[in-house]
Amino acid sequence: MIRVVLPAHLRALARVGGEVHLDVAPPVTQRSVLDALEVSYPVLRGTIRDRGNGRRRAMVRFFACQEDLSHEPPDDPLPEAVTSGEEPYLIVGAMAGG
Amino acid sequence: MSSVRVLVGTRKGAFVLTSDGKREDWAVSGPHFPGWEIYHVKGSPADPDRVFASQCSGWFGQVIQRSDDGGQTWSPAGSEFGYAGPTGTHQWYDGTPHPWEFARVWHLEPSLDDPGTVYAGVEDAGLFRSTDAGQTWQELPGLRGHQTGPSWQPGAGGMCLHTIILDASTPGRMFTAISAAGAFRSDDAGQTWRPVNQGLRSEGIPDPHAEVGHCVHRLAMHPARPSVLYMQKHWDVMRSDDGGDSWHEVSGNLPTDFGFPIDVHAHEPETVYVVPITSDSHHFPPEGKLRVYRSRTGGDDWEPLTQGLPQQHCYVNVLRDAMAVDSLDACGIYFGTTGGQVYGSADAGDTWAPIVRDLPAVLSVEVQTLP
Repeated sequence: MIRVVLPAHLRALARVGGEVHLDVAPPVTQRSVLDALEVSYPVLRGTIRDRGNGRRRAMVRFFACQEDLSHEPPDDPLPEAVTSGEEPYLIVGAMAGG
Repeated sequence: MSSVRVLVGTRKGAFVLTSDGKREDWAVSGPHFPGWEIYHVKGSPADPDRVFASQCSGWFGQVIQRSDDGGQTWSPAGSEFGYAGPTGTHQWYDGTPHPWEFARVWHLEPSLDDPGTVYAGVEDAGLFRSTDAGQTWQELPGLRGHQTGPSWQPGAGGMCLHTIILDASTPGRMFTAISAAGAFRSDDAGQTWRPVNQGLRSEGIPDPHAEVGHCVHRLAMHPARPSVLYMQKHWDVMRSDDGGDSWHEVSGNLPTDFGFPIDVHAHEPETVYVVPITSDSHHFPPEGKLRVYRSRTGGDDWEPLTQGLPQQHCYVNVLRDAMAVDSLDACGIYFGTTGGQVYGSADAGDTWAPIVRDLPAVLSVEVQTLP
């Protein structure tokens, strides 16, 4: 089970209260987690990744295990701590005022 | 007894203001979608319980929301806006070609007679239509594909399609306006378009009388007299008596003819409202006095309406989509400011009172008159 933490705006949009739990078949990557997230919550399509090219939206960041994974290749495996459910995968709105 | 519902979009959420026909006591609900920019909220004339909202964010993009109970509860609708056919280019700020890129929905215009049909004006300028109540959207590419499209360029706020007017009396006729391309008319339900900017004069472009390139801020039309159009341009208040084929200036005695919104009295097609703003660089009212100006003669002769509005130290702006009228017997008029006030007048502008004072900056105001 993969634990995903959404930013407050997207929790409200998806109508979830806390962490989202996803079953993702290995290999578990950022792409496969986000794909599974969008299947479970179609309203999130386009809010995290560009609909057309699939790239991370400019003002969204991905963190896990105190590391910034935003610029890592989307098909690289996620850390074992994330795939085991020990640590969450964090989707974060970039710190930019407003 | 009739009632009114005022739909307010702000920088940080939507608000719904309701009152009975006296328009004295108001209930305020919101913020809906707190923290999101709500560019526009508008109800369907064919089904007043159906309301559409454009919700967007610099972080998380575009969401369309729909309510089927008059704005009490909401559900996300479809939010995929893909341009049809070749992407093409328009002119960028530096004069270079720039691919069309979807940014947000500025304006939602529900069909006059079909609650399932709604139009969306977007940035970068394009016109979309949904025939399934907002679940899916298809571009009407004839507008963006007009032969002048590659020469269009964005205004300071982006290259937005901000005005959509549907003409109920002439089948297939509709108008749009784009900053900074100008006004356009279709006579075949949006399939093909032509610029309708003859008579406009804009000193900020190389040819002041060019076919396109004018920064039209807003168009307004009275449904009972659809051949007459009013326009608040970047500078100049304009009028057309032939469905946009030609325009003439009606700024008359306004203290400044710069501004954003323009609207028409619900029952008097020659009564028009504007909010003069000092200049293109000073986006606040002249002399710090918030004044709506009303013309009862279709332009040229304007009177200031000040009773109940701040007449000192007022430096707010009123944006292009932030004025609307109701259709009660005594026409009500409403506008919102970048300072978060929504003012209402239940006597056609003679007197004003704030409905709310401390909302986030107001982006849009629409009104529904309910039986």
